Amino acid sequence: MTEAVIIGTGLHPFGRFPGKPAMDMGADAVRMALADAGVNWPQIQAGYVGSFEVANPDAIVGRLGLTGVPLRGVFNGCATAGTAVAMAARAIETGEHDLTIAIGMDKHPRGAFAADPSVAGIPSWYGQTGLFLTTHFFGMKINRYMHEHGISHETLARVAAKNFGNAAGNEKAWRRTPLTVGEILASPVLNYPLRQFMYCGPDEGAAAVVMCRADQAHKYTTSTPIRVRATALRSRRFGAFEVQSPSVPVGEPVPSPTVDASRAAYEQAGIGPEDVDIAQLQDTDAGSEIIHMAENGLCKDGEQERLIAEGATEIGGRLPVNTDGGLLGNGEPIGASGLRQIHEIVLQLRGTAGTRQVPGTPRVGYTHLYGAPGVSAVTILST
Amino acid sequence: MMKQKPVADGLFTWPPTTQPRLIGTECTACGLVSFPTESHCVRCGSPEAKERLLADSGTLWTFTTQGFRPPSPPYDGSDTAATFEPYSVGYIELPGEVLVEARLTEPDPEKLSIGQRMRLTLVPYTVDVDGTEVLTFAFTPADEPNEPNEPNEPGESDQPDEPEEQS
Repeated sequence: MTEAVIIGTGLHPFGRFPGKPAMDMGADAVRMALADAGVNWPQIQAGYVGSFEVANPDAIVGRLGLTGVPLRGVFNGCATAGTAVAMAARAIETGEHDLTIAIGMDKHPRGAFAADPSVAGIPSWYGQTGLFLTTHFFGMKINRYMHEHGISHETLARVAAKNFGNAAGNEKAWRRTPLTVGEILASPVLNYPLRQFMYCGPDEGAAAVVMCRADQAHKYTTSTPIRVRATALRSRRFGAFEVQSPSVPVGEPVPSPTVDASRAAYEQAGIGPEDVDIAQLQDTDAGSEIIHMAENGLCKDGEQERLIAEGATEIGGRLPVNTDGGLLGNGEPIGASGLRQIHEIVLQLRGTAGTRQVPGTPRVGYTHLYGAPGVSAVTILST
Repeated sequence: MMKQKPVADGLFTWPPTTQPRLIGTECTACGLVSFPTESHCVRCGSPEAKERLLADSGTLWTFTTQGFRPPSPPYDGSDTAATFEPYSVGYIELPGEVLVEARLTEPDPEKLSIGQRMRLTLVPYTVDVDGTEVLTFAFTPADEPNEPNEPNEPGESDQPDEPEEQS
């Protein structure tokens, strides 16, 4: 198969932008990605566009140029951008196209996501009685995990402090005020053991990535092409403990779709977790980052307590995680979130991440998304 | 006495008794127990299932608290952001059957622990426009002093409790 490489990325800042539609943020991100790649919009042969709030995200061509390009809207919960990236890469790998783009954009109102449970195939009483909140799942999953694997409340706070600290050095991040472990532990409990400053918030933003055949990258840009070594997506299996579940089967729990997607990605890439130099993991909350370290094979269950105390996941540590601030620091515009992760990995692998550049020469980068109703997307990138 | 009704028909036994039961289904092909009732088995895909009353007690598998009023809709509690009282939710393992997500009557996480024994009860959570009190199911610590329900039948506590969680 032909290999796909990333030759350009564009990131619209994440945060709140009153009066600016998501589509305009998406178009800005596309223009930045095209400029970075040295590509003109009419050269793009196919695109995959993800959004939760924009009904027809492929309508973005109205702002970019009506070239007749096949543009497909995708949605897969919080794994939306991972799906768009996978499809853009696959189109090149299979030889269907030589030059593709993945785009994500969203603009969410303030507060926790609210929806009619019926859209998730769940009966009305579940929402009426106050059970239909994704944050419950994250609180309950990390509470059980802490019980089984000896993770402390302070470790939760350290993860949040690290991500807000990283975001402070990222001019495109939303939450740029550093917070101390003490301040985080003093914030109100929202869903025990998770506190206000341990959660990410829905916000606004957009990102885009341009890809081409590896053997054609030199035609467009002099930047180091970033190889797409693997893209894997998995949905939940029977017996897995997943978000928005009125019940769970008894018996030995089945691994989360993250474990399945991660294993598939390592196998595709021929790269093991020990080779990963930098990772961007879904940190919907501080507990999720901790659990996802193990579910992605980057450590054993329970090792996080020591690794985090030693600073292993900080910039400069053995395995930097969420160097751009992650979801905690950037918020989550659903359709764009995974493309933001890839943008950061591309900067880090190129060595152009500025003040938050990981020292040494990172060669392998890893990104991971998890979302409702139980879907995970993993990419492995390398120089 | 105030008129009462269940939040949904077929969710738990009604009219209320001293010991309510949740209503689930059991797949006639593979035996999988589901809650709430399901028309298709999520394990084997069979459309054939029979109704089954689930055990009225079990152990707390995990829990969390709800510290802010949930977005409304879909939440329809009659409280407001100002009168909202935090509550807890958890998964209760009904041994050999299914883990059920439910509200818990104990809102203080320090008084809850993984492995704790819990029993089903019904709680009013909102009042309808015509003044009818609406009830939903919840689990309550089984050793609570003012436990309104009758004690467990002998022989049901066949599952040894897990060690208490360090708080």
